[in-house]
Amino acid sequence: MAVATIAPAPAVIAGGTEADTRRYTAGATQIIMGLVALFGFGLGTRTAHGASTTFGMTLVSKQGTHVPDWIFPARPAIVGLAVVVIALGAARMAVQLPRRWRLIATSVVLFCFTFAFMAWSAADPKGGERLVLPSVLDSMVIAAVPLVLGALGGVVGERSGVVNVAIEGQLLFGGFMTALVGTATGSLWIGVIAGVLAGALMGLLLAVLAIRYLIEQVVLGVVLNLLALGVTGFLFKSLMQTNQNSYNNLTPFSTVRIPGLASLWVIGPVVFDQPLIVYITVFLVVAVHVGLFHTRWGLRTRAVGEHPAAADTVGVKVLRLRYRNVMIGGAFAGLGGAWLVGNVGNFTENMTNGKGFIALAAVIFGRWSPFGALAAAALFGFTDALASQTSALQLPIPSDLLSTLPYVATLFAVAGLIGRVRAPAADGKPYVKG
Amino acid sequence: MSNRLKRILVGISSANTVTVTILAFVLSVVIGGILMILSDQHLLTEWGYVFSKNWSDAPTDSWDKVSNGYIAMFHGAIYDPHAKQALRPIENTIVEATPLVFAGLAVALPFRAGLFNIGGQSQLIIGAVFATWVGFSISAPMPLHVLLVIIAGIIGGALVGGLTGLLKARFGAHEVISSIMLNNIALGVLAWLIKTKAFHDPNRQDAISKPVKSTALLPAVSGSSPEVNLSTVLAILAVLLIWWLMTRSTLGFRLRALGSNPDAARTAGISVSRNQVYAMLLAGGLMGLVAVTQISGTLSASHAMTATLDNGFGFTGITVALLGRGKPVGVALAALLFGALDAGGVVMEAATTPTVPHDVVTVVQAVIVVFVAAPKLVQEIFRLRDVRRDGAATAPPSVAPASAVDSAAEAV
Repeated sequence: MAVATIAPAPAVIAGGTEADTRRYTAGATQIIMGLVALFGFGLGTRTAHGASTTFGMTLVSKQGTHVPDWIFPARPAIVGLAVVVIALGAARMAVQLPRRWRLIATSVVLFCFTFAFMAWSAADPKGGERLVLPSVLDSMVIAAVPLVLGALGGVVGERSGVVNVAIEGQLLFGGFMTALVGTATGSLWIGVIAGVLAGALMGLLLAVLAIRYLIEQVVLGVVLNLLALGVTGFLFKSLMQTNQNSYNNLTPFSTVRIPGLASLWVIGPVVFDQPLIVYITVFLVVAVHVGLFHTRWGLRTRAVGEHPAAADTVGVKVLRLRYRNVMIGGAFAGLGGAWLVGNVGNFTENMTNGKGFIALAAVIFGRWSPFGALAAAALFGFTDALASQTSALQLPIPSDLLSTLPYVATLFAVAGLIGRVRAPAADGKPYVKG
Repeated sequence: MSNRLKRILVGISSANTVTVTILAFVLSVVIGGILMILSDQHLLTEWGYVFSKNWSDAPTDSWDKVSNGYIAMFHGAIYDPHAKQALRPIENTIVEATPLVFAGLAVALPFRAGLFNIGGQSQLIIGAVFATWVGFSISAPMPLHVLLVIIAGIIGGALVGGLTGLLKARFGAHEVISSIMLNNIALGVLAWLIKTKAFHDPNRQDAISKPVKSTALLPAVSGSSPEVNLSTVLAILAVLLIWWLMTRSTLGFRLRALGSNPDAARTAGISVSRNQVYAMLLAGGLMGLVAVTQISGTLSASHAMTATLDNGFGFTGITVALLGRGKPVGVALAALLFGALDAGGVVMEAATTPTVPHDVVTVVQAVIVVFVAAPKLVQEIFRLRDVRRDGAATAPPSVAPASAVDSAAEAV
């Protein structure tokens, strides 16, 4: 991206450049995380008296090779991890690392902190507590799929300059149509196709209203969410609730086991024994990445998102490209909605429950790149899964508070570790020729 | 004389704000009607036979269905000639509209400053936590207690709003992400709090907080309905205050400058970060007032916190603010319209068979906002003339200030 290399001059704030300020806040955040890990997890009562941590390694619900539990002493391990986090935080404060190393350091910090938390949650002097790692990963995959698909839809649209706050509505409407058509035709996959089309239709609506009728796009997104909520809620109550069997009754997805790979150690049953949509999602992430950065379509998309007038001058059909991209994005989100419904077999009112907004956060968090979106969504899915899996353990933290973990983590990451992000320059700005 | 009449007619039939808003309303009512027909299976079958037998059944029955729905809505929202208290519905409308005024202002104010307040949910929840705690734990005589609850609600909401502003100003965290996260965190905290010893009502099995004391309830304003209370007066005051703030005060000038061109504002010596925090503090305080209407208002039966206490006001506030075009008086009018639809929707749901779910109201609300935000669309549908103003015809009237678009672009 040519434009991205032209960095704005660093804003000078009292006491140094913005880069300095960021360095200190990031370093301080990491040191605080380290101290929490050290005193909260490592030296707390839960790990006292030589408690040991037990991690289960075999996913109970699916076939796979049996792997023995992994047991290790809790306190030394957690203290060690905490020390690593503190040391990296101090290093971050002391020297200005190059970008690549900052990224690596941040990843290591997040990993160590998370691992320390997990070790603490499964620590027990009597050895009764047990955290099954593959189960955490499995629920992570399930939770992450709609987020990845929604975020991917956001990325495609926003790279070409159309803001998509309506991901939530696209997920919801896609899910609704999946349930309705899928039940009516008796085929889940026809339902999925209907869901994808419904998402694309919502995308088209967004595109027409944003591009042709120039409605402010953030506003439009919120309103379309409301519209989707109203329409699906209305039809759910008037059709589905009264006649569940003929409108809202699907057989959930069955898993597709990839022979060989599915019996890999720990990871196998989690990654290679999943419904088809999981593989499609991974494929789409790669495809969008390749498409965006290695094809003519991608070059044009990025050009239109950064400087539509310039793209127009060289003959790119700006508006047509935007229509197409927003529709493709809607279709991705529709597939995400289909996943939500196809996983449980029926639609419920407002079943997306804010997932579209999380996907939106993943778009920004992942810096408008497909793999960034995947990473952000995976992080989200992981903390979510961790929160739900550890709620079975006897933790001193109430489960309601534990469920806020993904959001607290993201807030921390956004405020302390990631900081300012730069959107495509023309994102949200309608293009009027002339 | 006829020339003047002609001018008026041309004025009405051109795409001005009033005409567009009215036509937007008409269109959304039509779409709501279509939805009512679509949801009735009996009517759908009738439409299926429309070409074979009794062709007139389907249109007449559909008309009955839709008109009955909307008449019930009118009875519920504005005037019911058959009821004992014929004006009671309009009081219900005012009651429903009151929190929407605060919620709409809470979105409109930061919007003018180029910030998108999507975090109304969390501001409301934390405001409610503060207000409820003061409401049940403190003993004070009636007017003082009410005042304390109101202040507590404002402080609780402002804390969360201010935090969002601070995170943006200090750490560059975009307000949309941090708001989304804070919304979810607040929901979790609420779910936990109403089960804790400090908050949970020991007399109840379900997850609900202790009710506020009777001295903390907002006093009723006289009228046939006991539900119209002090909060409506507060809402009117808030509209006036925000209007004064935005158009007459220095702070308002700074916020608007920030909203229309942040770079110019910065060059002129306006502290961007500080004013962003101020805008979000004010917005949070307004959402805190929504919390007070929910907890201490006479509308809620329990006067206590439940897990669903936010009731979607944070997001409805966005649509109210948009319909009101970000102006305080516009917000108040939009809130009245939405309040009427809500009040009417409840009655419609009860009065129709088979039931027309009140979700149709949500659709109508969303559609109105779409049409109002897209005057060009309404203009095309009804083939209206352009407004005759120099250059105004080409520039679409924008709901948002220039920089709200920028700010959205910057991060969403």
